[in-house]
Amino acid sequence: MAQEQKQPRKSSEEEEPVDGAPAPEASVSERKEKLDDDIDDILGEIDDVLETNAEDFVKSFIQKGGQ
Amino acid sequence: MGTETEFGISVQGQPLANPMVASSRVVNAYASSSVRARRARWDFEEESPLRDARGFDMSRQVADASQLTDEDLGLANVILTNGARLYVDHAHPEYSTPECTTPRDIVLWDKAGEQVALDACRFAAANGQATGEPEIVLYKNNTDNKGASYGSHENYLMRRATPFADIVKNLTPFFVSRQVVCGAGRVGLGQDGRGVGFQISQRADFFEVEVGLETTLKRPIINTRDEPHADPGKYRRLHVIIGDANLAETSTYLKVGTTSLVLAMIEDRFLEAELAVRRPVQTLHEVSHDPGLSHLLELHDGRRLTAVQLQWEYLHRAQAYVDQTLGGDVDRQTRDVLERWESVLTRLERDPMECADELDWVAKLRLLEQYRDRDGLEWDDAKLAMIDLQYSDLRPQKGLYHRLVALGRMKRLLEDAEVEQAMHEPPSDTRAYFRGRCLDKYADAVAAASWDSVIFDLPGHESLQRVPTVDPLRGSRAHVGALIDSCDDAVSLFAALTRSTA
Repeated sequence: MAQEQKQPRKSSEEEEPVDGAPAPEASVSERKEKLDDDIDDILGEIDDVLETNAEDFVKSFIQKGGQ
Repeated sequence: MGTETEFGISVQGQPLANPMVASSRVVNAYASSSVRARRARWDFEEESPLRDARGFDMSRQVADASQLTDEDLGLANVILTNGARLYVDHAHPEYSTPECTTPRDIVLWDKAGEQVALDACRFAAANGQATGEPEIVLYKNNTDNKGASYGSHENYLMRRATPFADIVKNLTPFFVSRQVVCGAGRVGLGQDGRGVGFQISQRADFFEVEVGLETTLKRPIINTRDEPHADPGKYRRLHVIIGDANLAETSTYLKVGTTSLVLAMIEDRFLEAELAVRRPVQTLHEVSHDPGLSHLLELHDGRRLTAVQLQWEYLHRAQAYVDQTLGGDVDRQTRDVLERWESVLTRLERDPMECADELDWVAKLRLLEQYRDRDGLEWDDAKLAMIDLQYSDLRPQKGLYHRLVALGRMKRLLEDAEVEQAMHEPPSDTRAYFRGRCLDKYADAVAAASWDSVIFDLPGHESLQRVPTVDPLRGSRAHVGALIDSCDDAVSLFAALTRSTA
Protein backbone atom coordinates (compact mmCIF):
# COMPACT_ATOMS: atom_id res chain seq x y z
CA MET A 1 0.00 0.00 0.00
CA ALA A 2 1.40 3.30 -1.06
CA GLN A 3 0.51 4.93 2.19
CA GLU A 4 3.95 5.73 3.47
CA GLN A 5 3.91 9.48 3.43
CA LYS A 6 5.61 10.19 6.68
CA GLN A 7 5.75 13.83 7.39
CA PRO A 8 9.20 15.31 7.05
CA ARG A 9 10.22 16.30 10.51
CA LYS A 10 12.58 19.08 9.56
CA SER A 11 11.56 22.55 8.66
CA SER A 12 13.33 24.00 5.63
CA GLU A 13 15.08 26.39 7.98
CA GLU A 14 16.88 23.52 9.62
CA GLU A 15 18.01 22.02 6.37
CA GLU A 16 19.96 25.04 5.29
CA PRO A 17 23.41 25.63 6.74
CA VAL A 18 23.70 28.96 8.45
CA ASP A 19 26.58 31.00 7.01
CA GLY A 20 29.23 32.02 9.47
CA ALA A 21 27.34 30.67 12.43
CA PRO A 22 29.09 28.32 14.81
CA ALA A 23 28.29 24.66 14.44
CA PRO A 24 24.52 24.64 14.72
CA GLU A 25 24.32 21.11 16.15
CA ALA A 26 23.06 22.15 19.55
CA SER A 27 20.63 24.79 18.35
CA VAL A 28 19.15 22.46 15.78
CA SER A 29 18.42 19.84 18.37
CA GLU A 30 17.12 22.53 20.69
CA ARG A 31 14.82 23.76 17.99
CA LYS A 32 13.78 20.24 17.20
CA GLU A 33 12.94 19.77 20.84
CA LYS A 34 11.01 23.01 20.83
CA LEU A 35 9.10 21.87 17.75
CA ASP A 36 8.30 18.55 19.38
CA ASP A 37 7.16 20.39 22.49
CA ASP A 38 4.88 22.53 20.37
CA ILE A 39 3.41 19.47 18.72
CA ASP A 40 2.94 17.84 22.10
CA ASP A 41 1.17 20.95 23.34
CA ILE A 42 -1.12 21.01 20.35
CA LEU A 43 -1.92 17.32 20.52
CA GLY A 44 -2.51 17.77 24.24
CA GLU A 45 -5.10 20.44 23.48
CA ILE A 46 -6.70 18.25 20.82
CA ASP A 47 -6.71 15.25 23.22
CA ASP A 48 -8.88 17.29 25.56
CA VAL A 49 -11.69 17.65 23.04
CA LEU A 50 -11.55 14.28 21.27
CA GLU A 51 -14.57 12.05 21.73
CA THR A 52 -13.78 9.36 24.26
CA ASN A 53 -14.66 6.12 22.53
CA ALA A 54 -13.30 6.22 19.00
CA GLU A 55 -14.68 2.83 18.03
CA ASP A 56 -18.24 3.74 19.10
CA PHE A 57 -18.06 7.21 17.71
CA VAL A 58 -17.00 6.06 14.27
CA LYS A 59 -19.54 3.22 14.22
CA SER A 60 -22.45 5.42 15.19
CA PHE A 61 -21.78 8.06 12.55
CA ILE A 62 -24.29 6.81 10.00
CA GLN A 63 -25.63 9.00 7.23
CA LYS A 64 -28.19 8.67 4.50
CA GLY A 65 -26.82 9.40 1.05
CA GLY A 66 -27.43 12.81 -0.44
CA GLN A 67 -26.64 14.49 -3.71
CA MET B 1 -21.88 31.92 -8.46
CA GLY B 2 -22.95 30.18 -5.29
CA THR B 3 -22.34 27.07 -3.20
CA GLU B 4 -24.59 24.50 -1.55
CA THR B 5 -23.60 22.49 1.51
CA GLU B 6 -25.38 19.37 2.74
CA PHE B 7 -24.30 18.90 6.34
CA GLY B 8 -23.75 15.52 7.94
CA ILE B 9 -26.13 15.19 10.89
CA SER B 10 -25.95 13.15 14.04
CA VAL B 11 -28.34 12.87 16.96
CA GLN B 12 -26.22 12.26 20.04
CA GLY B 13 -26.73 8.78 21.40
CA GLN B 14 -29.19 7.81 18.65
CA PRO B 15 -27.26 6.67 15.60
CA LEU B 16 -30.44 5.39 13.97
CA ALA B 17 -32.55 8.49 14.53
CA ASN B 18 -34.53 9.57 11.47
CA PRO B 19 -32.26 12.12 9.78
CA MET B 20 -35.16 13.90 8.10
CA VAL B 21 -36.80 14.52 11.46
CA ALA B 22 -33.53 15.72 12.93
CA SER B 23 -32.79 17.95 9.92
CA SER B 24 -36.25 19.46 10.17
CA ARG B 25 -35.80 20.12 13.85
CA VAL B 26 -32.61 22.04 13.12
CA VAL B 27 -33.95 24.09 10.21
CA ASN B 28 -37.27 24.79 11.93
CA ALA B 29 -35.48 25.86 15.06
CA TYR B 30 -33.45 28.40 13.12
CA ALA B 31 -36.49 29.61 11.25
CA SER B 32 -38.59 30.17 14.34
CA SER B 33 -35.84 31.47 16.61
CA SER B 34 -33.93 33.80 14.37
CA VAL B 35 -36.49 34.81 11.83
CA ARG B 36 -38.97 36.12 14.38
CA ALA B 37 -42.62 36.15 13.41
CA ARG B 38 -42.30 36.30 9.67
CA ARG B 39 -41.35 32.77 8.99
CA ALA B 40 -44.71 31.41 7.87
CA ARG B 41 -44.69 33.93 5.07
CA TRP B 42 -41.32 32.94 3.74
CA ASP B 43 -41.69 29.44 2.72
CA PHE B 44 -42.10 29.25 -1.01
CA GLU B 45 -43.19 25.66 -1.18
CA GLU B 46 -45.67 25.64 1.63
CA GLU B 47 -48.46 27.90 2.69
CA SER B 48 -49.87 26.05 5.61
CA PRO B 49 -49.86 28.15 8.76
CA LEU B 50 -49.69 24.88 10.68
CA ARG B 51 -46.27 24.13 9.30
CA ASP B 52 -44.57 25.67 12.27
CA ALA B 53 -46.54 23.58 14.66
CA ARG B 54 -45.85 20.44 12.69
CA GLY B 55 -42.16 21.16 12.71
CA PHE B 56 -42.14 21.27 16.46
CA ASP B 57 -44.50 18.43 17.16
CA MET B 58 -41.76 16.20 18.49
CA SER B 59 -43.98 13.61 20.08
CA ARG B 60 -45.64 12.96 16.77
CA GLN B 61 -42.35 12.88 14.96
CA VAL B 62 -40.81 10.45 17.31
CA ALA B 63 -43.89 8.28 17.40
CA ASP B 64 -43.94 7.44 13.73
CA ALA B 65 -40.53 8.49 12.63
CA SER B 66 -40.01 5.50 10.37
CA GLN B 67 -43.25 6.15 8.53
CA LEU B 68 -42.71 9.84 7.92
CA THR B 69 -42.08 11.01 4.41
CA ASP B 70 -40.87 14.39 3.20
CA GLU B 71 -44.46 15.39 2.65
CA ASP B 72 -45.62 14.42 6.11
CA LEU B 73 -42.85 16.40 7.66
CA GLY B 74 -43.44 19.50 5.59
CA LEU B 75 -39.70 19.70 5.28
CA ALA B 76 -38.52 23.09 6.33
CA ASN B 77 -37.43 25.58 3.73
CA VAL B 78 -36.59 29.19 4.54
CA ILE B 79 -34.99 32.14 2.82
CA LEU B 80 -32.75 34.25 5.01
CA THR B 81 -32.19 37.99 5.07
CA ASN B 82 -28.70 37.42 3.68
CA GLY B 83 -30.34 36.03 0.54
CA ALA B 84 -29.38 32.43 1.32
CA ARG B 85 -31.63 29.39 1.55
CA LEU B 86 -31.72 26.97 4.49
CA TYR B 87 -33.72 23.79 4.04
CA VAL B 88 -33.86 20.04 4.29
CA ASP B 89 -32.67 18.05 1.32
CA HIS B 90 -32.14 14.30 1.09
CA ALA B 91 -32.06 13.79 4.84
CA HIS B 92 -29.51 16.55 5.42
CA PRO B 93 -29.83 20.18 6.40
CA GLU B 94 -28.60 22.22 3.47
CA TYR B 95 -27.45 25.82 3.16
CA SER B 96 -27.19 27.55 -0.22
CA THR B 97 -25.27 30.79 -0.31
CA PRO B 98 -26.76 33.87 -1.94
CA GLU B 99 -25.48 34.66 -5.42
CA CYS B 100 -21.98 36.17 -5.23
CA THR B 101 -19.62 37.59 -7.84
CA THR B 102 -16.20 37.02 -6.23
CA PRO B 103 -14.40 34.07 -4.61
CA ARG B 104 -13.88 35.98 -1.39
CA ASP B 105 -17.61 36.67 -1.14
CA ILE B 106 -18.25 32.96 -1.61
CA VAL B 107 -15.92 32.18 1.29
CA LEU B 108 -17.68 34.83 3.37
CA TRP B 109 -21.26 33.67 2.76
CA ASP B 110 -20.20 30.01 2.89
CA LYS B 111 -18.66 30.60 6.32
CA ALA B 112 -21.78 32.56 7.32
CA GLY B 113 -23.69 29.37 6.45
CA GLU B 114 -21.61 27.38 8.94
CA GLN B 115 -22.54 29.88 11.63
CA VAL B 116 -26.21 29.75 10.61
CA ALA B 117 -26.10 25.95 10.85
CA LEU B 118 -24.37 26.15 14.21
CA ASP B 119 -26.95 28.59 15.54
CA ALA B 120 -29.69 26.33 14.19
CA CYS B 121 -28.28 23.49 16.31
CA ARG B 122 -28.11 25.74 19.36
CA PHE B 123 -31.72 26.82 18.92
CA ALA B 124 -32.78 23.20 18.42
CA ALA B 125 -30.93 22.26 21.61
CA ALA B 126 -32.69 25.04 23.52
CA ASN B 127 -36.06 23.92 22.16
CA GLY B 128 -35.30 20.30 22.91
CA GLN B 129 -34.16 20.84 26.47
CA ALA B 130 -37.70 21.05 27.83
CA THR B 131 -38.72 17.81 26.15
CA GLY B 132 -35.44 16.02 26.76
CA GLU B 133 -34.48 15.81 23.09
CA PRO B 134 -30.88 14.76 22.51
CA GLU B 135 -28.39 17.21 21.05
CA ILE B 136 -27.97 17.39 17.28
CA VAL B 137 -24.50 17.93 15.84
CA LEU B 138 -23.70 18.94 12.26
CA TYR B 139 -20.57 18.03 10.29
CA LYS B 140 -19.26 19.76 7.20
CA ASN B 141 -17.97 16.70 5.42
CA ASN B 142 -19.10 14.44 2.59
CA THR B 143 -19.18 10.85 3.74
CA ASP B 144 -19.93 8.62 6.71
CA ASN B 145 -17.25 6.15 5.54
CA LYS B 146 -19.93 3.48 5.27
CA GLY B 147 -20.93 4.03 1.67
CA ALA B 148 -23.02 7.19 1.93
CA SER B 149 -21.98 10.51 0.44
CA TYR B 150 -23.66 13.89 0.46
CA GLY B 151 -22.62 16.87 -1.54
CA SER B 152 -21.21 20.30 -1.47
CA HIS B 153 -21.96 21.83 -4.81
CA GLU B 154 -20.81 24.89 -6.67
CA ASN B 155 -22.85 26.79 -9.22
CA TYR B 156 -21.44 29.01 -11.93
CA LEU B 157 -23.40 31.17 -14.32
CA MET B 158 -22.16 30.58 -17.84
CA ARG B 159 -23.02 31.86 -21.28
CA ARG B 160 -25.50 29.62 -23.02
CA ALA B 161 -23.60 30.08 -26.27
CA THR B 162 -20.64 28.07 -24.94
CA PRO B 163 -20.98 24.53 -26.32
CA PHE B 164 -21.37 22.02 -23.52
CA ALA B 165 -18.86 19.73 -25.21
CA ASP B 166 -16.18 22.43 -24.75
CA ILE B 167 -16.96 22.52 -21.05
CA VAL B 168 -16.67 18.75 -20.73
CA LYS B 169 -13.38 18.57 -22.66
CA ASN B 170 -11.60 21.37 -20.88
CA LEU B 171 -13.02 21.11 -17.40
CA THR B 172 -12.67 17.37 -16.82
CA PRO B 173 -8.83 17.33 -16.49
CA PHE B 174 -9.10 20.36 -14.22
CA PHE B 175 -11.60 18.59 -11.95
CA VAL B 176 -9.51 15.42 -11.91
CA SER B 177 -6.53 17.41 -10.61
CA ARG B 178 -7.90 20.33 -8.55
CA GLN B 179 -8.38 18.13 -5.49
CA VAL B 180 -4.68 18.59 -4.70
CA VAL B 181 -5.64 22.19 -3.90
CA CYS B 182 -9.17 21.89 -2.53
CA GLY B 183 -9.54 18.31 -1.28
CA ALA B 184 -10.73 18.00 2.30
CA GLY B 185 -8.83 14.80 3.14
CA ARG B 186 -10.27 11.46 4.16
CA VAL B 187 -9.25 8.42 6.22
CA GLY B 188 -10.33 5.28 4.38
CA LEU B 189 -10.33 4.20 0.75
CA GLY B 190 -13.27 3.19 -1.42
CA GLN B 191 -16.88 4.27 -1.06
CA ASP B 192 -17.38 2.31 2.15
CA GLY B 193 -14.02 3.45 3.50
CA ARG B 194 -12.84 -0.10 4.18
CA GLY B 195 -9.60 0.31 2.31
CA VAL B 196 -6.82 1.32 4.66
CA GLY B 197 -5.06 4.64 4.24
CA PHE B 198 -5.45 8.37 3.76
CA GLN B 199 -6.69 10.05 0.59
CA ILE B 200 -6.85 13.64 -0.58
CA SER B 201 -10.55 13.91 -1.37
CA GLN B 202 -13.75 13.12 0.52
CA ARG B 203 -15.77 12.76 -2.65
CA ALA B 204 -13.49 11.28 -5.34
CA ASP B 205 -14.34 7.62 -4.73
CA PHE B 206 -18.05 8.33 -5.20
CA PHE B 207 -17.64 9.41 -8.82
CA GLU B 208 -18.32 6.70 -11.34
CA VAL B 209 -18.96 8.27 -14.73
CA GLU B 210 -17.61 11.15 -16.80
CA VAL B 211 -20.78 13.04 -17.70
CA GLY B 212 -24.37 12.70 -16.56
CA LEU B 213 -27.48 14.07 -14.96
CA GLU B 214 -27.48 12.01 -11.78
CA THR B 215 -26.36 13.48 -8.48
CA THR B 216 -27.18 10.73 -5.98
CA LEU B 217 -25.87 7.64 -7.75
CA LYS B 218 -23.52 7.02 -10.65
CA ARG B 219 -22.23 10.47 -9.89
CA PRO B 220 -20.60 12.16 -12.89
CA ILE B 221 -17.47 14.33 -12.93
CA ILE B 222 -19.44 16.81 -15.05
CA ASN B 223 -23.07 17.16 -14.09
CA THR B 224 -25.51 18.11 -16.82
CA ARG B 225 -28.33 19.53 -14.70
CA ASP B 226 -29.61 22.52 -16.59
CA GLU B 227 -31.78 24.76 -14.49
CA PRO B 228 -30.37 28.25 -14.86
CA HIS B 229 -32.65 30.24 -12.50
CA ALA B 230 -32.03 32.97 -15.07
CA ASP B 231 -32.84 33.64 -18.72
CA PRO B 232 -32.23 30.21 -20.29
CA GLY B 233 -31.66 31.82 -23.67
CA LYS B 234 -28.61 33.64 -22.34
CA TYR B 235 -27.30 31.53 -19.50
CA ARG B 236 -26.73 28.09 -18.18
CA ARG B 237 -25.97 27.27 -14.56
CA LEU B 238 -23.06 24.89 -14.40
CA HIS B 239 -23.87 22.65 -11.44
CA VAL B 240 -20.59 21.30 -10.08
CA ILE B 241 -21.04 18.31 -7.80
CA ILE B 242 -17.46 17.06 -7.54
CA GLY B 243 -16.08 19.35 -4.85
CA ASP B 244 -15.37 18.53 -1.21
CA ALA B 245 -16.93 20.48 1.64
CA ASN B 246 -14.13 22.76 2.81
CA LEU B 247 -13.56 24.39 6.16
CA ALA B 248 -10.21 26.01 5.38
CA GLU B 249 -10.90 29.41 3.90
CA THR B 250 -8.02 29.23 1.43
CA SER B 251 -9.31 25.89 0.12
CA THR B 252 -12.76 27.32 -0.61
CA TYR B 253 -11.29 30.53 -2.02
CA LEU B 254 -9.02 28.71 -4.46
CA LYS B 255 -11.67 26.12 -5.31
CA VAL B 256 -14.10 28.71 -6.67
CA GLY B 257 -11.48 31.24 -7.74
CA THR B 258 -9.49 28.86 -9.94
CA THR B 259 -12.62 27.17 -11.31
CA SER B 260 -14.07 30.57 -12.27
CA LEU B 261 -10.89 31.39 -14.16
CA VAL B 262 -10.95 28.10 -16.03
CA LEU B 263 -14.61 28.60 -16.94
CA ALA B 264 -13.88 32.11 -18.21
CA MET B 265 -11.13 30.67 -20.41
CA ILE B 266 -13.55 28.04 -21.73
CA GLU B 267 -16.15 30.70 -22.52
CA ASP B 268 -13.59 32.76 -24.37
CA ARG B 269 -12.28 29.71 -26.20
CA PHE B 270 -8.86 30.27 -24.75
CA LEU B 271 -8.37 26.58 -23.94
CA GLU B 272 -8.05 23.84 -26.44
CA ALA B 273 -8.55 20.29 -25.39
CA GLU B 274 -4.85 19.47 -25.26
CA LEU B 275 -4.94 18.65 -21.55
CA ALA B 276 -7.43 15.79 -21.83
CA VAL B 277 -6.52 12.87 -19.55
CA ARG B 278 -7.02 9.20 -20.27
CA ARG B 279 -9.51 7.30 -18.08
CA PRO B 280 -10.61 10.35 -16.09
CA VAL B 281 -12.73 8.52 -13.51
CA GLN B 282 -10.02 6.04 -12.61
CA THR B 283 -7.44 8.81 -12.66
CA LEU B 284 -9.58 10.90 -10.32
CA HIS B 285 -9.46 8.07 -7.77
CA GLU B 286 -5.73 7.51 -8.27
CA VAL B 287 -4.93 11.17 -7.70
CA SER B 288 -6.98 11.14 -4.53
CA HIS B 289 -5.21 8.03 -3.26
CA ASP B 290 -1.79 9.63 -3.71
CA PRO B 291 -1.16 12.20 -0.98
CA GLY B 292 2.53 12.01 -1.85
CA LEU B 293 1.55 13.75 -5.11
CA SER B 294 3.82 11.61 -7.27
CA HIS B 295 1.27 9.69 -9.34
CA LEU B 296 1.62 10.33 -13.08
CA LEU B 297 -1.53 11.05 -15.06
CA GLU B 298 -1.60 10.03 -18.69
CA LEU B 299 -2.71 12.66 -21.17
CA HIS B 300 -4.26 11.85 -24.52
CA ASP B 301 -1.25 13.34 -26.25
CA GLY B 302 1.02 10.88 -24.47
CA ARG B 303 2.47 13.23 -21.85
CA ARG B 304 2.66 12.05 -18.27
CA LEU B 305 2.18 14.69 -15.58
CA THR B 306 1.50 14.74 -11.87
CA ALA B 307 -1.76 16.32 -10.75
CA VAL B 308 0.20 19.33 -9.52
CA GLN B 309 1.92 19.67 -12.90
CA LEU B 310 -1.47 19.50 -14.61
CA GLN B 311 -2.63 22.30 -12.32
CA TRP B 312 0.46 24.27 -13.37
CA GLU B 313 -0.65 23.87 -17.00
CA TYR B 314 -3.98 25.45 -16.15
CA LEU B 315 -2.33 28.15 -14.06
CA HIS B 316 0.06 29.15 -16.85
CA ARG B 317 -2.83 29.41 -19.28
CA ALA B 318 -4.84 31.43 -16.78
CA GLN B 319 -1.92 33.82 -16.30
CA ALA B 320 -1.61 34.29 -20.06
CA TYR B 321 -5.38 34.67 -20.39
CA VAL B 322 -5.58 37.36 -17.73
CA ASP B 323 -2.59 39.18 -19.24
CA GLN B 324 -4.04 39.14 -22.72
CA THR B 325 -7.64 39.96 -21.91
CA LEU B 326 -7.24 42.30 -18.94
CA GLY B 327 -3.63 43.43 -19.07
CA GLY B 328 -3.13 46.18 -16.51
CA ASP B 329 -6.86 46.29 -15.74
CA VAL B 330 -6.84 43.06 -13.78
CA ASP B 331 -8.75 43.42 -10.55
CA ARG B 332 -7.01 42.81 -7.26
CA GLN B 333 -8.83 39.63 -6.44
CA THR B 334 -8.15 37.93 -9.76
CA ARG B 335 -4.48 38.77 -9.30
CA ASP B 336 -4.63 37.44 -5.76
CA VAL B 337 -6.20 34.16 -6.90
CA LEU B 338 -3.42 33.70 -9.45
CA GLU B 339 -0.72 34.47 -6.90
CA ARG B 340 -2.11 32.19 -4.23
CA TRP B 341 -2.68 29.42 -6.76
CA GLU B 342 0.96 29.71 -7.82
CA SER B 343 2.19 29.84 -4.26
CA VAL B 344 0.21 26.77 -3.24
CA LEU B 345 1.36 24.73 -6.26
CA THR B 346 4.97 25.73 -5.64
CA ARG B 347 4.81 24.55 -2.06
CA LEU B 348 2.82 21.40 -2.81
CA GLU B 349 5.52 20.42 -5.26
CA ARG B 350 8.32 21.08 -2.76
CA ASP B 351 6.67 19.52 0.27
CA PRO B 352 2.89 19.34 0.69
CA MET B 353 3.30 19.92 4.45
CA GLU B 354 4.20 23.52 3.67
CA CYS B 355 0.48 24.03 2.99
CA ALA B 356 -0.62 22.52 6.30
CA ASP B 357 -1.84 25.84 7.67
CA GLU B 358 -3.88 26.71 4.58
CA LEU B 359 -5.39 23.65 2.89
CA ASP B 360 -7.85 21.23 4.49
CA TRP B 361 -6.38 17.94 3.31
CA VAL B 362 -2.85 18.86 4.33
CA ALA B 363 -3.95 20.25 7.70
CA LYS B 364 -5.85 17.03 8.38
CA LEU B 365 -2.98 14.84 7.19
CA ARG B 366 -0.47 16.69 9.37
CA LEU B 367 -2.63 16.20 12.44
CA LEU B 368 -3.16 12.52 11.64
CA GLU B 369 0.57 11.98 11.07
CA GLN B 370 1.36 13.63 14.37
CA TYR B 371 -1.04 11.29 16.14
CA ARG B 372 0.44 8.33 14.28
CA ASP B 373 3.91 9.36 15.41
CA ARG B 374 3.02 10.04 19.01
CA ASP B 375 0.66 7.11 19.61
CA GLY B 376 2.11 4.64 17.10
CA LEU B 377 -1.21 4.27 15.27
CA GLU B 378 -1.78 2.29 12.09
CA TRP B 379 -4.04 3.79 9.41
CA ASP B 380 -6.88 1.44 10.33
CA ASP B 381 -7.00 2.66 13.92
CA ALA B 382 -10.47 3.96 14.83
CA LYS B 383 -8.92 6.98 16.45
CA LEU B 384 -7.70 8.27 13.09
CA ALA B 385 -11.15 7.77 11.55
CA MET B 386 -12.58 9.68 14.47
CA ILE B 387 -10.13 12.56 14.00
CA ASP B 388 -11.16 12.69 10.34
CA LEU B 389 -14.84 13.00 11.31
CA GLN B 390 -14.29 15.35 14.17
CA TYR B 391 -12.26 17.70 11.99
CA SER B 392 -15.56 18.72 10.39
CA ASP B 393 -17.66 19.08 13.57
CA LEU B 394 -19.12 22.60 13.34
CA ARG B 395 -18.94 23.27 17.08
CA PRO B 396 -16.05 25.59 17.91
CA GLN B 397 -15.12 23.68 21.06
CA LYS B 398 -15.23 20.22 19.49
CA GLY B 399 -14.48 20.69 15.81
CA LEU B 400 -10.79 19.99 15.17
CA TYR B 401 -10.59 22.47 12.30
CA HIS B 402 -11.83 25.11 14.71
CA ARG B 403 -9.39 23.98 17.38
CA LEU B 404 -6.52 24.27 14.90
CA VAL B 405 -7.64 27.81 14.07
CA ALA B 406 -7.85 28.65 17.78
CA LEU B 407 -4.35 27.22 18.30
CA GLY B 408 -3.00 29.46 15.55
CA ARG B 409 -2.38 26.55 13.19
CA MET B 410 -4.66 27.63 10.34
CA LYS B 411 -4.48 30.87 8.38
CA ARG B 412 -7.73 32.68 7.78
CA LEU B 413 -8.88 35.13 5.11
CA LEU B 414 -11.85 36.54 6.98
CA GLU B 415 -12.62 38.35 10.22
CA ASP B 416 -15.26 36.97 12.59
CA ALA B 417 -17.15 40.27 12.52
CA GLU B 418 -17.73 40.18 8.77
CA VAL B 419 -18.90 36.56 8.94
CA GLU B 420 -21.37 37.54 11.65
CA GLN B 421 -22.63 40.36 9.46
CA ALA B 422 -22.93 38.06 6.42
CA MET B 423 -25.27 35.78 8.41
CA HIS B 424 -27.86 38.55 8.16
CA GLU B 425 -26.90 40.81 5.26
CA PRO B 426 -26.80 39.97 1.56
CA PRO B 427 -24.00 40.64 -0.92
CA SER B 428 -24.51 44.06 -2.48
CA ASP B 429 -23.83 43.28 -6.11
CA THR B 430 -26.37 40.63 -7.15
CA ARG B 431 -30.15 40.09 -7.01
CA ALA B 432 -29.59 38.51 -3.58
CA TYR B 433 -29.44 42.11 -2.37
CA PHE B 434 -33.03 42.78 -3.43
CA ARG B 435 -34.24 39.46 -1.99
CA GLY B 436 -32.45 39.90 1.31
CA ARG B 437 -33.42 43.53 1.82
CA CYS B 438 -37.08 42.80 1.03
CA LEU B 439 -37.14 39.93 3.51
CA ASP B 440 -35.55 42.14 6.10
CA LYS B 441 -37.52 45.34 5.59
CA TYR B 442 -40.91 44.15 4.32
CA ALA B 443 -41.06 40.77 6.00
CA ASP B 444 -44.79 40.88 6.63
CA ALA B 445 -45.54 41.61 2.99
CA VAL B 446 -43.33 38.93 1.45
CA ALA B 447 -45.41 35.84 0.77
CA ALA B 448 -42.62 33.85 -0.82
CA ALA B 449 -39.25 34.16 -2.45
CA SER B 450 -37.00 32.08 -4.65
CA TRP B 451 -33.83 32.57 -6.62
CA ASP B 452 -35.65 34.28 -9.45
CA SER B 453 -38.55 36.08 -7.79
CA VAL B 454 -39.89 37.82 -4.72
CA ILE B 455 -43.64 37.47 -4.24
CA PHE B 456 -45.55 40.11 -2.29
CA ASP B 457 -48.88 39.87 -0.54
CA LEU B 458 -50.01 43.49 -0.53
CA PRO B 459 -53.00 45.09 1.12
CA GLY B 460 -55.47 46.21 -1.52
CA HIS B 461 -54.35 43.54 -4.01
CA GLU B 462 -56.54 40.47 -4.52
CA SER B 463 -53.75 38.31 -5.84
CA LEU B 464 -50.09 37.91 -4.95
CA GLN B 465 -47.73 40.22 -6.81
CA ARG B 466 -44.63 38.62 -8.25
CA VAL B 467 -41.47 40.62 -8.85
CA PRO B 468 -39.24 38.58 -11.13
CA THR B 469 -35.49 38.74 -10.58
CA VAL B 470 -34.43 36.89 -13.69
CA ASP B 471 -31.15 38.69 -14.20
CA PRO B 472 -28.74 37.62 -11.44
CA LEU B 473 -26.86 40.91 -11.66
CA ARG B 474 -29.91 43.17 -11.37
CA GLY B 475 -31.46 44.00 -8.03
CA SER B 476 -28.08 44.99 -6.64
CA ARG B 477 -27.53 47.86 -4.22
CA ALA B 478 -26.62 50.12 -7.13
CA HIS B 479 -29.96 49.34 -8.78
CA VAL B 480 -32.40 49.25 -5.89
CA GLY B 481 -30.57 50.33 -2.74
CA ALA B 482 -31.81 53.92 -2.77
CA LEU B 483 -35.29 52.81 -3.77
CA ILE B 484 -35.59 50.39 -0.86
CA ASP B 485 -34.15 53.01 1.49
CA SER B 486 -36.81 55.48 0.40
CA CYS B 487 -39.82 53.14 0.55
CA ASP B 488 -41.19 52.66 4.04
CA ASP B 489 -43.52 49.86 3.08
CA ALA B 490 -43.87 47.19 0.43
CA VAL B 491 -46.84 48.93 -1.19
CA SER B 492 -44.77 51.98 -2.07
CA LEU B 493 -41.85 49.79 -3.17
CA PHE B 494 -44.09 47.79 -5.45
CA ALA B 495 -45.68 50.95 -6.87
CA ALA B 496 -42.25 52.42 -7.55
CA LEU B 497 -41.02 49.22 -9.19
CA THR B 498 -44.02 48.92 -11.48
CA ARG B 499 -43.75 52.60 -12.39
CA SER B 500 -40.13 52.25 -13.33
CA THR B 501 -40.68 49.16 -15.48
CA ALA B 502 -43.96 50.38 -17.06
